[in-house]
Amino acid sequence: MIFEMTDLIDLSLLLFLAVLAITIARLRNLFAVVIVTGFYSLVSAALFTVLDAVDVAFTEAAVGAGISTVIMLATLLIVGSEEKKSSQPRILPLLAVIVTGACLVFGTLDMPHYGDPDAPIHQHVAPRYIEDSFAEIGVPNIVTSVLASYRGYDTLGETCVIFTAGVAVLMLIGQSLRFRRKDEAA
Amino acid sequence: MSDQPILRVIAKMFIPFLMLFALYVQFHGDFGPGGGFQAGVIFAAALVLYALIFGTEQAKHVVHPQALQLLAAGGILLYAGTGVAGILLGGNFLDYGALDHHNPVHGQHLGILLVELGVGITVTTVMTSTFFIFSARKKST
Repeated sequence: MIFEMTDLIDLSLLLFLAVLAITIARLRNLFAVVIVTGFYSLVSAALFTVLDAVDVAFTEAAVGAGISTVIMLATLLIVGSEEKKSSQPRILPLLAVIVTGACLVFGTLDMPHYGDPDAPIHQHVAPRYIEDSFAEIGVPNIVTSVLASYRGYDTLGETCVIFTAGVAVLMLIGQSLRFRRKDEAA
Repeated sequence: MSDQPILRVIAKMFIPFLMLFALYVQFHGDFGPGGGFQAGVIFAAALVLYALIFGTEQAKHVVHPQALQLLAAGGILLYAGTGVAGILLGGNFLDYGALDHHNPVHGQHLGILLVELGVGITVTTVMTSTFFIFSARKKST
């Protein structure tokens, strides 16, 4: 196997991710945890860029490192930034994590190699999108034509998920107008 | 944070460019990376930055929370409405080709533009109103 420069970048980014994950697990100050989590998202975004998935990297940088860090910080203002020390034994959680991790690693053994042209994902509909999407949709960015047109149903569903999440936050901790009027009357 | 002049000035300078960049990402998604999701988050980040620097109450004068809730539903309705328009014009649900009978590719362009706009509006408003709800919670407790 030829060792290339991109392998070095991949390896160092993955190593960095592992270091950040262990740091997050060991930290007890939640403020630091939120900041390191944002950093983790940024390194993930860099990894997606190396994998040529710029749209995903863009989303990860904007959502993971940007807005969710801010919302987590807003949550910390409510709940306080120190984690309570747990007195529970830690053997069972450790066992669960090891077993799940081993299953995931075992699952990757069957996966095709990265960039393998014979991989199932490159044999199914992807060649058609690459060949015909410009004539059918006329949009140079194939990701956009798949996301918005070929898979329009999925994107509608995703938008509904975001809307539902917003409605759920509003119902759980938002002060609705109806309740406020009741409070004022009381 | 409103007593810090450097933050106020820098934020005032940056917020218009953030919003402009969000619009660029929104409408340039056909040609480069980006689209409704990313643009919505960047636009929401500009509003959240405004709320952080100038206070949530001031930000609620800029965008009323109820307007945010209406627009969140409006974004989805724009998306689904584009799909229904495809049915009414003789195609399938979300078949943008039917939007322009003379040139289906133009219909696809129009459909993708409207759908991405719907996604962008919903993401912006949901993110911003989530932030407003969390920061209002802080004061009540």
